[in-house]
Amino acid sequence: MDGINAQFTLDWPGFTLDVDLALPGRGVTALFGHSGSGKTTLLRCLAGLERPSHGRLEFKGKIWQDKDTWLPTHQRPIGYVFQEASLFAHLNVLGNLNFGLKRSTTAQRVGLEQAIELLGIGHLLERKPDTLSGGERQRVGIARTLAVGPEILLMDEPLAALDLKRKQEILPYLERLHDELAIPIIYVSHSPDEVARLADHIVAMDGGRVVAHGPLGETLARLDLPIRLGEDAGVVLDATVGEVDNEWHLARVDFAGGGLWTRDRGLPTGKRVRVRVLARDVSLAVHHPEPSSIQNVLDGTVESLAGDDHPGLLLVRVQVGASQLVARLTRRSAAQLGIAPGLPVSVQIKSVALME
Amino acid sequence: MLTDTDLQAIWLTIRLAGIATLILLVLGPPIAWLLARSRSWWKGPLGAVVALPLVLPPSVLGFYLLLAMGPNGPVGQLTTALGIGTLPFTFWGLVVASVFYSLPFMVQPLQNAFESIGERPLEVAATLRASPFDTFFSVVLPLARPGFITAGILTFAHTVGEFGVVLMIGGNIPGVTRVASVQIYDHVEEMAYADAHRLAAVMLTFSFLVLLAMYTRRPKPARGD
Repeated sequence: MDGINAQFTLDWPGFTLDVDLALPGRGVTALFGHSGSGKTTLLRCLAGLERPSHGRLEFKGKIWQDKDTWLPTHQRPIGYVFQEASLFAHLNVLGNLNFGLKRSTTAQRVGLEQAIELLGIGHLLERKPDTLSGGERQRVGIARTLAVGPEILLMDEPLAALDLKRKQEILPYLERLHDELAIPIIYVSHSPDEVARLADHIVAMDGGRVVAHGPLGETLARLDLPIRLGEDAGVVLDATVGEVDNEWHLARVDFAGGGLWTRDRGLPTGKRVRVRVLARDVSLAVHHPEPSSIQNVLDGTVESLAGDDHPGLLLVRVQVGASQLVARLTRRSAAQLGIAPGLPVSVQIKSVALME
Repeated sequence: MLTDTDLQAIWLTIRLAGIATLILLVLGPPIAWLLARSRSWWKGPLGAVVALPLVLPPSVLGFYLLLAMGPNGPVGQLTTALGIGTLPFTFWGLVVASVFYSLPFMVQPLQNAFESIGERPLEVAATLRASPFDTFFSVVLPLARPGFITAGILTFAHTVGEFGVVLMIGGNIPGVTRVASVQIYDHVEEMAYADAHRLAAVMLTFSFLVLLAMYTRRPKPARGD
């Protein structure tokens, strides 16, 4: 009852969207896929910016669209962040922030103050949009959206138009949204890195259809994921900082399968983090390996195998405690080691990426 | 210097152009909006009709307007029935004719301005709870401001410069329909070249200053990002 049910059929020349989805009413759901996969179109259908020929949309028990109902965009309690900030050029920053606030019935003054604080734009209020940097514009755009007090936040690749430096500038703010907002966020992205950092739930799209969806960890660990991630194949684990070793400047993060040592980034013990382990950084050994430079070695059991993009490579899913890791091996080494489901292995992890 | 009849003609011209521009500032935006936004089949025909005065000889336009507004024309019968009488050879007849004659000069700059705003600011406004009506006034009009200034100036200047339509519809009644361009024609007819020179110089200076103002003004492109 508190989720989102969406069914859309949309026929354009050369493109068809055909989607039937139940999305969770909380957390960040990433709509993930290559360009042309229909993820932005799906988001626009949710916002009412596209009107699909057949569709039914139910948000937390309320019908926004069905055979007899069509709630126009301006009456939907949404917030929408476009790829480019699209600020109104004739208004200054404060005017932009107030635009939706004045018209919204759900907005509260305190929401605006929170949004200004959350996005760190208090010093920009009197400025005109054309005097702002790309990153500042996008932060104002996001704050403007939050200020209307939306019940759901729809974000269309809010970082795609920015260079790497600006992305790094905005990502922490997005992570704060994830942590501090109680409303669901639907986040369109084609960047596996953004998805790994922000999403709780993933909807993978291809050719206008949903090809996989589910909680992030499980879904990424699926070897039959029909979208090819290539070098980005890997898993994301929820973990906690368990121990900080000041002598060697290392920190141990514990997940439901063991602990991993990584560089100490000054995070306090007990801090919840996400750990991304790419398949290319994981190797397997059948006997306990000789001491080597690799710090992280865990015991696991081979669960399943699948082909990878290249005919010489395999992806292997390994159960480690209650978690799953994915390793990329050559077919030859898999054959020589006799890798098969049920085989106990030592899992060596070369490096992990820590995300707060 | 300028004679009283010259000044009377100039004042009449300014009044005519001013009123026609004000009327077109009300009629023009909806037509320009339809032309800019519609994807319907009638967009082409409507655009062509609006542009007709650009290519038609003013006498042709004036001829048809004369027929329509005359005692046997549909407009003439309507105005007679309403007790206004017929419009030809009156000031308001000239106003009606000027509105048709200058329509493209109002509509086309506005259409360009609306088209250059694009879809995005309208979508943004909708996601910020603004109804389409609200969006037109709070987003489209402010963003199209440079277009409105251009359209207003062009319409005014073009109405000041009309001659053929005035002769067809208005004739040459001092203080009623004798505008500056007709007055110059009269001066030349009477071989009063010195008088024609003075008034022509006023018109030339006015037109040049208007165009100078338009071509030196460099408005920043008003776009939604």
